[in-house]
Amino acid sequence: MVCESWKEKLDTYLDGEVPQEEMRSFHAHVRSCTSCSSDALTRVQMKRAIHVAGKRYTPTAEFRKRMQQKIAAKPRRSFGLGWKFAVAAAAIIVVGTLTSAYLGTRSGRDQVFSEIADLHVATLASSSPVDVISTDRHTVKPWFQGKIPFAFNLPELQNTEFSLLGGRMTYLEQTPGAHLIYDVRKHHISVFVFQERSLPARLGDNSLSPNRLSFSTETWSQGGLRYFVIGDASAADIDSLAKLFKGAS
Amino acid sequence: MDLSGATLQLDSFEELATPLFDQLYNFAHWLTQNREEAEDLVQETYVKALKGFSSFQLGTNFRAWIYRILRNTFLTSRKGLKVTMTVPLYFDEDEDIPEATIERDTPETILFARSSQESLQKAIDELPVHFREILLLCEVEEMSYQEISETLSVPIGTVMSRLSRARQTLRNQLQPHSQQQAGPRIDRGTNYGL
Repeated sequence: MVCESWKEKLDTYLDGEVPQEEMRSFHAHVRSCTSCSSDALTRVQMKRAIHVAGKRYTPTAEFRKRMQQKIAAKPRRSFGLGWKFAVAAAAIIVVGTLTSAYLGTRSGRDQVFSEIADLHVATLASSSPVDVISTDRHTVKPWFQGKIPFAFNLPELQNTEFSLLGGRMTYLEQTPGAHLIYDVRKHHISVFVFQERSLPARLGDNSLSPNRLSFSTETWSQGGLRYFVIGDASAADIDSLAKLFKGAS
Repeated sequence: MDLSGATLQLDSFEELATPLFDQLYNFAHWLTQNREEAEDLVQETYVKALKGFSSFQLGTNFRAWIYRILRNTFLTSRKGLKVTMTVPLYFDEDEDIPEATIERDTPETILFARSSQESLQKAIDELPVHFREILLLCEVEEMSYQEISETLSVPIGTVMSRLSRARQTLRNQLQPHSQQQAGPRIDRGTNYGL
C-alpha cells in the first residue's frame, strides 16, 4: 500500500519527533489522505486517553508533607559577622578547597572501588548470582542487548584456565553496566563494564584498590568503556583475565 | 565547599526537585503498583538525588537525571528485580508483535465509544514493566525521545522501537478486554455466531 511508509512513522510524527524537513511533507500527506488522517485522529485520541489515564496516582497529604520537610533547604545563616572573621573564613575555605579537591578525587576513587567490591561480594553471596547462565560468550553477550546502552566484546577462553559462568545487569553510581563472572581454579572473578563518561570519579589505568579491600583488582579504560576486574584470585590471574579482555576489545 | 555554596546547592535542589514530586510519585506507583512501595521508592530517590546532587551539572536535564535515579532504584529493589526477571532472555527490540485480529473496530474506537478509562488503566498495568515505563514517560510525562533515551540509558533507536512495541502491545491488550466485556453481542468486524 502507498500509505504503509507514512503509517510506519505516524506515531513518531504525532510525538513531534519527525525531522523538521519531513514534517511539512507529513502535514501535507495527512491532510490529503483520508486513511492516514483517520488513523492519526484515533492515535491522537489514544494518546490523550493515556495521558489522562496515566495521571492516576497522587501522593497522600501526609507523605507530601513529610517529603517537603526533607527536601526543604535549611535556613540561611546570618552573615552579619565582622571582617576579621570573614578573612579568617576565606583563608579556611582556600585551604579547605585545595585539600578537599585532593581528598575528593581520592575518596571518589575509593568509593568506586568499595562499591565494586560490594557488588562482587553481594553477587557471589546471592542464591542466583547470574541472570544468564552460560559458558558460551555468544550466549552471554547478546543477553545484554537492549539492557545496557553499549556493546562490548568477551574474550575467547580456549586454552586458558578461565571459564565463563554467566552474567547479570548491574548498577554503579546510577549507571547501568554488565557484570560477568568467571571461574579460575575455584576462585570466582567478577568483571564489570560501564560507560566511562557515566562514572563520576576519575580513575586512572591500572589503579590499585585501597589496601583494606584485600581483593586483587585491575581497572582500565578502553574504547569509552571502563573495565574492573576483581576477585580473591592471585594478582597474576586477575592480570591474565584483564589482558584477555584488553585483547578482545 | 563553603557554607553559602552548600545552601545555594540545597536551594537549587529544592527548586528543581519539588515541582517533580507529584509526577515522580505517579511514575513510582505505576512501577511498583503499591502505595507504600511507591512512597519508599520516591523517598529513596530523593535521598540519593540529594546525596549525588553535587555530581549533577546545573543546566543539564534534571528531570531525566532524577527519573533515571528513580528507575534504577526500582530496578535494583526486590520488586524491580522480580519483574525484570520476567523479561524474556532474548528480548528482540525489532521483533514484530502480531497485529490483533479485529479490522474494523480498532481498540481506539471501542475504547472511546465506551469511554473506558478503567480498561485503559488496567491494560497499562498489565504491560510488562519495560513497556509500561516507556509509554508513561512518553504519553504522561511528555518526554522527548532524547529525554527518554537519557532516562532509560538506551539509544534513541531503541526508544522508538520499544515505544512502538509498547503501543502495539497495549492495542492488543485492549482488544481481549473489549471482546470479553462485550458478552454475547455480535460485534462489527468479527465472525462470532457464524
